[in-house]
Amino acid sequence: MRIVLHIWRQRNANDKGRMARYEVPNVNQEMSFLEMLDVLNEDLIARNEEPVAFDHDCREGICGMCGCMVNGVAHGPQPGTTLCQLHMRHFKDGDELYLEPWRARAFPVVKDLVVDRGAFDRLVAVGGFISATTGCAPDGNAILVPKEKAELSMDAAACIGCGACVAMCPNASASLFMGAKLAHLGLLPQGQPERYGRVAAMVAQAKAERFGACTNIGECEAVCPKEIKLEVIARMNRDFLKGSWTGRGALRDDAEEVSKKPLAGSRR
Amino acid sequence: MSSIAIQPLTRAVRFYEAPIGKKAVMAVTGIVLTGYVVAHLLGNLQIYSSNPEQINKYAAFLHNPANAAALWAARGVLLLCVILHITAACQLWLQNRAARPFRYYKKDDVPNAYAARTMICSGPIIAAFVIFHVLHLTSGAVVRLQEIGPNEPNVRANVILGFSHYPAISAFYILAMGLLCLHLYHGVWSMFQSVGASHPRYTPMLKRVAAIAAILILLGNISIPIAALAGWLTY
Ligand code: HEM
Ligand code: FES
Repeated sequence: MRIVLHIWRQRNANDKGRMARYEVPNVNQEMSFLEMLDVLNEDLIARNEEPVAFDHDCREGICGMCGCMVNGVAHGPQPGTTLCQLHMRHFKDGDELYLEPWRARAFPVVKDLVVDRGAFDRLVAVGGFISATTGCAPDGNAILVPKEKAELSMDAAACIGCGACVAMCPNASASLFMGAKLAHLGLLPQGQPERYGRVAAMVAQAKAERFGACTNIGECEAVCPKEIKLEVIARMNRDFLKGSWTGRGALRDDAEEVSKKPLAGSRR
Repeated sequence: MSSIAIQPLTRAVRFYEAPIGKKAVMAVTGIVLTGYVVAHLLGNLQIYSSNPEQINKYAAFLHNPANAAALWAARGVLLLCVILHITAACQLWLQNRAARPFRYYKKDDVPNAYAARTMICSGPIIAAFVIFHVLHLTSGAVVRLQEIGPNEPNVRANVILGFSHYPAISAFYILAMGLLCLHLYHGVWSMFQSVGASHPRYTPMLKRVAAIAAILILLGNISIPIAALAGWLTY
């Protein structure tokens, strides 16, 4: 089948960028979306043109590297699916697709469809950890975790950090991502010591990274390839408010240092 | 992560600096304002009482000098809530716009969530309406108000004349109530999410209850100008 692509081309972070039109005449239904882009790129290379840069790694929907907007929807039209797991059988012959990079102040474009998601790394750096004794492996079942909590925590831990939530959110908010990390750790006994400090630090860091705020619209939930639910955002709000109210860890004095500027390594 | 206790004032500032803190302020002020909207509607529905004097008696009670302190306290709280609600809304709106400086060439809205997306439009129009409404039916700056005696406004006459003689005012009223309905359609469930109450079983129910409440408030409010225009209410 034949697919017409309009792809955002941008040489580097300082380039203005533009949409460019390409045709891929020989798309096979069994191809994944990224394989279709590979075919396009081989063709471009053969014609001595610059191939389209896009992020990818595992191509099996677990690493979180891939992703772009396809006709205004993050990761394309198939719910619960990363771009690498999206197959061309979901499209029709002659379809015109618009491919754009994630757009957010916090995610500067590196090249074409590749954006710098370092802001996510810095969010995790300020709170996405637990204080555990390292060394030997802990005894199995030494710490009991109720089944339901373990399940909810695992659901949140499914987040692969692809950034689709930020890309889709009208406010470019990272709330779903943060909520996922906070629920993942905050639901487990091992995550309790830092629970309230973690949420305060992440919320402050997200603001410093220039992510927006949540307006409870739910676009993030609709496109999340791991189907993380808005409930994790409520959980984050609850922990933040509880921490602020009790003054536990939350809003601690040294929050200032982490919150005022993006950590080292930022491209801005 | 230290847990050093910090000054209450610093704590309050830090709390408000965070978007979640601002949303909590919006939720709490939103619930106060929604409570007022419901109370105000219930007060107004007395116009349908079989006793035509009922609503004027209610007005006289509110305007009784003995209740002046309580009345002004309530007005003060409402004004404070409106100011806080609008301030937080504008600050968040600016932050959110700055977070996405480049628009998408193509962008789908999934879910549609019309009410949620237009909160920043419905809000200010409601605010403009509230100012007009106070000038119209409380202070009498738009049309001359009738009184039965000092501190005893003839509310029944003012409402019925105010609507039936000025279809444009009625139209603005109905429009504003439509927008208030949209605002509450999203706001009434959103405020629970903002303060962290969400549950896979109860939140879908809550959304339905919020929608029904918003529509009932709309119907209750617009029934009055419609009844006045249709001549079903007399004084
Ligand atoms: C100038 C006037 C107003 C403006 C600009 C305004 C704006 C907003 C905005 C932007 C939100 C945030 C929605 C979100 O983030 O999801 C909101 C929430 C809300 N508003 Fe208003 N609003 C106004 C007046 C009112 C009034 C008069 C009421 C009550 C009758 C009200 C009730 C609510 C409620 C209950 C919420 C939900 C709070 C939350 O999401 O946590 N608002 N408003
Ligand atoms: S490439 Fe790893 S998730 Fe798509």
